[in-house]
Amino acid sequence: MIMQTLSGSSGTKQNPASRFAGVGVSPGRVIGPILLMPQAVPEPAVGERLAAGTSPEEACAALRTAAQAVQVNLTARSAGASGAGRAVLEATALMANDPMLVKAAVKLITNGASPERAIWDAAASVAEMLHNLGGYMAERATDILDVRRRIVAELRGVPAPGIPHSDTPFILVGEDLAPADTATLDPAKVLALVTSSGGPQSHTAIIARALGLPAVVAAVGVDGLTDGTEVFIDGAAGTILVDPGADEVALAAAWKTTSAALAVFDGTGRLADGHLVPLRSNVGGAQDAVKAAAAGAQGVGLLRTEFCFLERDTEPTLVEQVAAYRGVFDAFPGEKVVIRTLDAGADKPLPFLTDASEPNPALGVRGYRTDFTSPGVLARQLEAIAQAADGSEADVWVMAPMISTAEEAEHFAGLCAAAGLKTPGVMIEVPSAALTAASILRFVDFVSLGTNDLTQYAMAADRQLGPLAALNTPWQPAVLQLIRLTVAGSRDEGHNKPVGVCGEAAADPALAVVLVGLGVATLSMTARALAAVAAVLGSVTLPEAQQLAALALTAHSAADARRIVRDKLPILDRLGL
Amino acid sequence: MSERTAVIASRVGLHARPAGIFVAAVGALPLEVTIAMAGEPADDAMDASSILSIMSLGASNGDTVVLRADGEGADEALDSLVKILETDLDAE
Repeated sequence: MIMQTLSGSSGTKQNPASRFAGVGVSPGRVIGPILLMPQAVPEPAVGERLAAGTSPEEACAALRTAAQAVQVNLTARSAGASGAGRAVLEATALMANDPMLVKAAVKLITNGASPERAIWDAAASVAEMLHNLGGYMAERATDILDVRRRIVAELRGVPAPGIPHSDTPFILVGEDLAPADTATLDPAKVLALVTSSGGPQSHTAIIARALGLPAVVAAVGVDGLTDGTEVFIDGAAGTILVDPGADEVALAAAWKTTSAALAVFDGTGRLADGHLVPLRSNVGGAQDAVKAAAAGAQGVGLLRTEFCFLERDTEPTLVEQVAAYRGVFDAFPGEKVVIRTLDAGADKPLPFLTDASEPNPALGVRGYRTDFTSPGVLARQLEAIAQAADGSEADVWVMAPMISTAEEAEHFAGLCAAAGLKTPGVMIEVPSAALTAASILRFVDFVSLGTNDLTQYAMAADRQLGPLAALNTPWQPAVLQLIRLTVAGSRDEGHNKPVGVCGEAAADPALAVVLVGLGVATLSMTARALAAVAAVLGSVTLPEAQQLAALALTAHSAADARRIVRDKLPILDRLGL
Repeated sequence: MSERTAVIASRVGLHARPAGIFVAAVGALPLEVTIAMAGEPADDAMDASSILSIMSLGASNGDTVVLRADGEGADEALDSLVKILETDLDAE
C-alpha cells in the first residue's frame, strides 16, 4: 500500500508526479496550496574560511546582527507560548545572543573562519560542555544546537528551521514533524499534514488526529513539490493529487458538510443492536478533560500524568500533583477516570528518573520500571492520586504502564492498596502481558490495551521509522491475535474483568468495530474521534462486529485485514472516513 | 570593586527559568557583573550576563556564589541582584 508515484515519474521538480500515495492516518478531504517545511540547515564545510573580500570586522558584525535577529524572533515566539514551553523558549532566546557564545565565535572569525563555521563550532563546544554536565543541562544542549541552525540560516538568508509562517491557510509538507514543531503548529493556518517519511504512530499522525487535521504519511516524493502547488489530499485513502479538478472540489465540499456532522457525539456509544460500548477520551490535563467532557466523552480512559512531570528537573510536589489530578477528576463527576501512573522513558525522558544514555531506550527502564531504579516516586504519585480522588465525584481507576509480568501487576496492586486506591489495573503494551492476561487479572481489576506500544513490540518495529510504517499498524493480524488473547485471558480468569483499548487504534472507526468484535468492552480516544467512531459503531450489530473481527484475524496481511473490513463497512465511504 | 555573596534560593538551582530571570536583570544594568562560586579565584569568575556561563556554573540550591562589579552604582546593583538570587524564582 505504500509509496509508488502512480504517474511513474521520479517525482523530481523537473518532471513532477501528479499523484502520490502514502498511508492515510487522519481522515478528511481538502484542497489547498502547499508550503514545505524548510530543509534542514546543512553544516557549513569543515574549515570554511572567510569569503575573499570580507573583512573579519564585517563578518563579526554580520554574526552579531544574525544572533540578535534570532533572539528577537525567539522572544516574539515565546510571547505566543505559555507555561513550560514559554520558559524554554525564553531561555533559548537568551542563548542565541549570549555573550559567551558570540565571543567564542568572534574569536574564531578573527582567526579566519567564516561566520557560519565559527558559530557552528562555538555552539558545538558549548553543547559539549552542557552535555558533560549531565541531567537537565545535557538536555539543554539540543537547544543550543537549534539556536546554531537558526543563526546559520539567518546568515545565509534562508528560511529558519521550523513550521513556515503564512497569513493564509496551507497544507504543510515535510519529511516528518518533530514534537517541537508540532507544539508550534497553528491549526487555524494548517489545512492538512503530509509527510514523506514517518508511520501511522509518528508524532505527525498523533498530532493530526488530536487536532482533527487530515494527514497522509510515508508519501514518498511529496517533498519534491514546490511551494504554492495546489493539491487535493484524502486523509482516509492516503492519496495526494496535484492540480485537482471538479471531482475533487466536490469531494472537498462534501467533506466540509460531513465533518461538521461528525463533530457531534450524543454521549452514548452503542452498536446498532443496542450493545453498549462506552466511549471515553484520552486526556493530558484539566484543560483537555473539560474539552473532552464537552465533546460528550463517557469519562476518561487514559489520563496521561506526564504533563505534570515533563519539562521538570525535579519531582513535582504532592500538593502540585493533587491539584493537577483533581482538575481532571472534577470535569467528570459520576464518570470513570482511568489515571495512568508516570510513563517516563524512551521518547519521554525525565532528567530525575530516566537514564538518557541507555543504548535501547524503548526496551529500557521506562514506565512502571522506573520504580526499580527510583523507588518512591511511584508511591508518592499514588498517594497524590488517592488524595485527589478523596472527596471527588469521579470514579477513579489507576493503572501502571509497561507491565510485563503478573508479578509486577501484583506488586503494583499492593502499592495501590497501600495508598488506599480501590481499583488497580495495568496497561497491556508488552506482548508477554497479553499472553499472560489471565494471571495478571488475578491481581488487578481491569486492563487497558496500549495498541501503539503493543504493535511496536509485537512487530519489533520502531514507531517513528518511516520505512517500517507498513509493519507498524495495529491492523497486523499478530497484534489482533494478542488483543484476542487478552480478552480470552479475562474470560479464563472468571470474573469478566473489563478489557479496554486506549491506543490510537480505538480512534480508527473501522478498527474500533474489529476491537468490539474481539470482545473489547470500552474504547478511549482523542475527543476529536468520538463522533466518527460512534457513527460507525452504530452501523453494525455485535454479531456483525464479531464476524468482521474473525475475518481480520485470519487475513494474511495488515493491508488485507484493513481492506476486507473496510469493504464491509459502506458507511466509511459515505462519510469520507 | 564591589563584592556580594548570595545563597541560591531556587529549588532547581541557578538554571532554567531562574537563570533566565537573573541574566535578564544583569543585562538591564549599565555595568559588567561577574559571578563565581564562593571560594573560587576572582580571575575564574564568569560573565553574569551570559545564560550559558550561568548554566555552566552549575550552582545548586543552597550554594553560595560571589557577585562582583565595578563603577558607579555597583553596590546598589549588586544588592538588587542578590535579592533575585535569594528568592525561590522557580516557585513564582
